[in-house]
Amino acid sequence: MTGSARSFAAGDVHSAVVVDVVTRTQIVQYAGASGDFNPIHTDEVFATKVAGYPSVFAHGMLTMGMTGRMLTDLVGDGRLTKFGGRFTAQVWPGDTLTTTATVSGVDERDGQRFASFDVATANQHGVVVFSGSAEARVGP
Amino acid sequence: MPAERFPIEAGHVKAFARAIGDFNPVYHDASSAAATEVGGIIAPPTFVQASAHFDDDYPLRPRPGVRWFGSGGPAPTPPERAADDAAPPPPSGGTGLHAEQHYTYHRPLRAGEVLTVHVRAGETWEKQGRRGGLLTFREGITEYRDEDGHPVVTARAVSVMTSQTVRDAT
Repeated sequence: MTGSARSFAAGDVHSAVVVDVVTRTQIVQYAGASGDFNPIHTDEVFATKVAGYPSVFAHGMLTMGMTGRMLTDLVGDGRLTKFGGRFTAQVWPGDTLTTTATVSGVDERDGQRFASFDVATANQHGVVVFSGSAEARVGP
Repeated sequence: MPAERFPIEAGHVKAFARAIGDFNPVYHDASSAAATEVGGIIAPPTFVQASAHFDDDYPLRPRPGVRWFGSGGPAPTPPERAADDAAPPPPSGGTGLHAEQHYTYHRPLRAGEVLTVHVRAGETWEKQGRRGGLLTFREGITEYRDEDGHPVVTARAVSVMTSQTVRDAT
């Protein structure tokens, strides 16, 4: 169902797994597509031996991108008006991420309906890695 | 110096959508996208981040004549540690870690258009980290405008510089 056909009510909770297993290859793929080749994401030797991390970790923007996919699947193509948040914990290779979008309100401005969402993406341990909000045009 | 001109190329949009695991045809299939409400290929919500490719001086990509700070030969010797959990400061040329990102979408971003990029600095503030280090937050606001000068996406990023390896935030 597309966003134009779906109806939203405050308190509705939508949830989806956005990645089953984060892989080093996906992190590198994102580096290539985004242009951010920071070695803390792309270079295990640098990440562990120089920077002191347990391994490479995902770009926050990869997590936000996967979170955005859940939202656009929910509200429909090109309907987001706002999307933002904080990166609250790192995402490591092997992690499984689930995004939950809770409808925080529905309002109407200039004849257009908008739904607002609280958005959280969490790992397999329930630790929130991205926490934010979004708004989308809904209805016709 | 950020990119001044950001062409939204269909192949780039497709590669970016793949990287975030989004195989929605509206991001790669012109004929199926034409039949949707938006009427053509658009870019995913976080795509403007990829404007880094059009910034010739972007520091997180190897550049001609600038020594890259990632590893090259054999694994380097771990640096001297001042304390058990301390790591060296971030290498120069880095931009710190990404703490927050916020977008406002004025309309869908379409393959084939060329945006201009307008950046301004926002606030800077400091905070004591939970683990003792001083964190410096820096805000940047980027407006992506279309060929008529109308805003398409406004992005607000907050980055954090830290004197320690951060395990509490990306």
